[in-house]
Amino acid sequence: MKTRNAIKLLFFSIGMMVVFSSSIVALAQSGSPPTITDDQVNAIAKELYCPVCENVPLDVCGTQACEQWRELIRQKLAEGWSSVQIKQYFVDQYGYRVLATPPARGFNWLIYVIPPLSILAGGFILYRALRSWKTSQMVNKHQGDNSLLNKKDDYLTRIEEELKQR
Amino acid sequence: MIANIGYGALCITLVIAVYGIVAAIYGSQRKSPYWVDSARNAMLLTFPLLTLSVIALEILLVNGNYELDYVASVTSKSMPLYLKITALWGGQAGSLVFWTWVMSAFASAVTLRNWERDREFLPWVIVVALVTLTFFLGLIIFVENPFARVWVFGGSVIVKSMFPPAGAALFFQEDGRGLNPLLRHPGMIIHPPMLYIGFVAFVIPYAFAIAALITGRTDDRWIRITRRWTLVAWLFLSLGLLLGGRWAYDVLGWGGYWGWDPVEISALMPWLTGTAFLHSVMIQEKRGMLKHWNMVLIILTYDLVIFGTFLTRSGVLSSVHAFAQSSIGPLFFGFIGLTFVVSLSLLLNRWNELKSEAHLTSLLSREALFLLNNLLFLGILVVSFWGVIFPLLSELITGQKVTVGPPFYQRATAPLFAGLLLLMGIAPLSAWRHSTVQTLGKALWKPTIVSLFGPLIAAVFGIHYWAALLGFWLVAFVASVTFYEYGRAVIARSHSRSEPIWRAFWELAGRNRRRYGGYIIHLGVAMMGLGIIGVEMFQTETQGTIGPGQELKLGHYSISYDSIAIFDTSDGRNVARAVVNIYKDGHLVGEVYPRRDYYYESQQPMTIPGVRSTMEDDLYVILVDWKPVSTSMATFKIYHNPLVNWLWLGGLVFILGALVAAWPDRDEQTVRVKKKKESLVRSNA
Amino acid sequence: MENRKSESHTSFSKKKTIWGRIFVWGALIIFLILLALGLLRTQKGPVGVGDKTPNFTLTTFDGEQISLSSLKGKVVLINFWASWCTPCEQEAAELEMAWQSYQGSGKVIFLGVDYVDTEPEAQAYLQKYNISYPNGPDLGTRISQAFRIRGVPETYILDQNGIIQFVQIGPFRSSSQIQSVIDSFLQP
Repeated sequence: MKTRNAIKLLFFSIGMMVVFSSSIVALAQSGSPPTITDDQVNAIAKELYCPVCENVPLDVCGTQACEQWRELIRQKLAEGWSSVQIKQYFVDQYGYRVLATPPARGFNWLIYVIPPLSILAGGFILYRALRSWKTSQMVNKHQGDNSLLNKKDDYLTRIEEELKQR
Repeated sequence: MIANIGYGALCITLVIAVYGIVAAIYGSQRKSPYWVDSARNAMLLTFPLLTLSVIALEILLVNGNYELDYVASVTSKSMPLYLKITALWGGQAGSLVFWTWVMSAFASAVTLRNWERDREFLPWVIVVALVTLTFFLGLIIFVENPFARVWVFGGSVIVKSMFPPAGAALFFQEDGRGLNPLLRHPGMIIHPPMLYIGFVAFVIPYAFAIAALITGRTDDRWIRITRRWTLVAWLFLSLGLLLGGRWAYDVLGWGGYWGWDPVEISALMPWLTGTAFLHSVMIQEKRGMLKHWNMVLIILTYDLVIFGTFLTRSGVLSSVHAFAQSSIGPLFFGFIGLTFVVSLSLLLNRWNELKSEAHLTSLLSREALFLLNNLLFLGILVVSFWGVIFPLLSELITGQKVTVGPPFYQRATAPLFAGLLLLMGIAPLSAWRHSTVQTLGKALWKPTIVSLFGPLIAAVFGIHYWAALLGFWLVAFVASVTFYEYGRAVIARSHSRSEPIWRAFWELAGRNRRRYGGYIIHLGVAMMGLGIIGVEMFQTETQGTIGPGQELKLGHYSISYDSIAIFDTSDGRNVARAVVNIYKDGHLVGEVYPRRDYYYESQQPMTIPGVRSTMEDDLYVILVDWKPVSTSMATFKIYHNPLVNWLWLGGLVFILGALVAAWPDRDEQTVRVKKKKESLVRSNA
Repeated sequence: MENRKSESHTSFSKKKTIWGRIFVWGALIIFLILLALGLLRTQKGPVGVGDKTPNFTLTTFDGEQISLSSLKGKVVLINFWASWCTPCEQEAAELEMAWQSYQGSGKVIFLGVDYVDTEPEAQAYLQKYNISYPNGPDLGTRISQAFRIRGVPETYILDQNGIIQFVQIGPFRSSSQIQSVIDSFLQP
């Protein structure tokens, strides 16, 4: 009996401790802005854009609205949100324009695809042009090489005529 | 009265410009020198008339004639005289007047040159210049008139117009609203004119290119005539961009110099094509290749100038820099359409004639490497253009606003810039026509070995990030190649002529200004690269709230908050100025005064950082928040910007090099002969 | 020499140049159309009197879903505001006072759309001015984009058919101003 009571007491006290300590944790969480530093807030704000001003990152924007948003980030961080969650929250609330770069989905995918594609295409065109200039040089050198020139005979005569005209 | 004179001068200029266009076209069709000369005189007359208009506007600005809407919107009584004068380009209407004035100055200067050998170009150069001028004059006179007065109509309604509406009385304002505080900075006072001069001067090579297309005289004559003009345009545009960066660093208070903002990009885009053009014209001059490509580049440059001006002034894109927006959008759109369509049809019309013999001996020859350089510049252009235009596209198609910010541009352009640096190291050592792996390797191995000390030193200092090491190597590579190439020539000359080294250095730069000016520019770019690597890769920051005497640490540095003073100034500001001590490894190294200015007139705050600057690094302190009492806490943000001063120093070297390259020759003719000799000597060597 | 290059290409390059031309002109035209559309968009002001409003669903701070289409037959006042907006505070009490006079009638509904705001501050604002009509955040700024608002406060009053009949840019001066506008639509 006694042991049972003792065990009950033990359990009770453990239970109480759990409740108590968790309430401390909860307290610490709810009233904990001091534990979140400005640097942690800025690290996230840096990657977000002010939703009302144009092209101003949130960490350097000085308006009252921006201060509220930074405070919001601080609060969410204190609640244990991750930076990904906070960014998603901002997107849900204020639209995609708060992100520094559009997410690579749907139509926005194009922004990441077009530049490398066009540079590659440009590179290809340049390569082709350089190659053709090199071969035209070769043709020049081997004037006797008929296999290359035969096909263009009629064209050649036309060119020669044109050349005579000049 | 003065306003009427200014406005009248504008109107007369418009009439004269239109007459000039008609006379030039008629004269060219009729082959009548009489009409072409008349057109030329019309061109020359625009400058004094526009000068009169600018003087009138300046008098009104300095006098404070606040019945003029423009004067009231950019000046106020408390502004110092120099700001009142420079308020000419502080707003939309005034900056348009300034633009046309500079444009007319450049076009007049070019019409004054000796046209003996190029008479067929003259009418068309005048037409292009005057059409551009007419467009801007039309904008000023019909849409954005800086001389428009404010009228009160029936007691309350206010109308802006040049002449009094029936029954209206002139509305006298006591004081103006003052210049946007962001623009009250020495950097911002010279930045816009430099940029505008750069923009406007590109009209000249474009005008010649169009003249060449119209007349069919598509040899490289137009390029030889405009070479210097292009360099001047490019010099001013570069200077404008650099000053803009410096202004952002000093005034905007975000620790950076370039934010990839649409307005910044729209000034960068013509610079990119202009730089590509400066390199590729050399191929045409040396090898007679790429005639159509050079046409494409100069047309693109001019159109990007117009397009950039449209983007920043029409309000299509919103941006932090959009100080001047208005209803000029539709007219501008029409002009863009006109220039694009006309240029493109002329170009395609002559496309086959522009085809030139193109031979390539080696993929490693200088012309091939220059073309690769063009590809990279255009790659950066594509990234910039796409990034600027994409939010517009996205909003139209998906209905969703998106932001394209610095991370996009940084990731996309970093490898392209790295490639450009690599080419900048290799190309000066490759020869025209012939270059093989052997010859190039032989030329390159010495500077390459020297350049390896760059990343080595960085590694000794504890930097192990590969991209940074690569960046340091590239910068060292460009620098060592440049020194090697320039140094070799200097030593050779000083030996052969027994000149002192410094003299050989100077004489060489004088002989072939473009080449050695170019090397100096390359050296400047390498130095700037150092600064950019420093800030982009190694910037650190922290923010904290501290009381007087308390410290905030960042790396080796710490700052301590000493005191704060809050006071009003005579020019209408409320200033909160903090005194902050900077310690490095515990030793006091300096004192800075970050402050926040609040402008009463415009109700706008400005954050001015306190910066301790050395060649090694900058410590950039911003006052974020404070309590009015000196004994309570204040919040500071500190940025540590390593090597950033190299960016500004490199910028100076860059501009010096551009000045050397663009400096006018005494006599073009003699120089060309000499140059030919020199290139002969070089190809023999 | 001049034509050596074209020689190496011949007729197939002719075809290529035609396609090249079509491509270049097409790109230019698309670019110009895009610019024109963008320009039209910026030149267009907010939606105006006589426009039909796009349907939207407002999720209120209490979690209630209100769809505009379900409010047909009522006069709807849509007010865009934000807690960081000082002019909004001038009209907050006036709006609530006007709402009080219609609350029971069932003929009029007020909707508050909270434009890019933070929830705690927004809640505090609603409490401070005792605002009792439904209010909710403008999630993803969809509603404000549909109305193309230029700032806050802006107020739109829709008649029983969902047509905009009145637009107020900036704050209302008094509750009687609001009431006089709404009353004019209530009279049949």
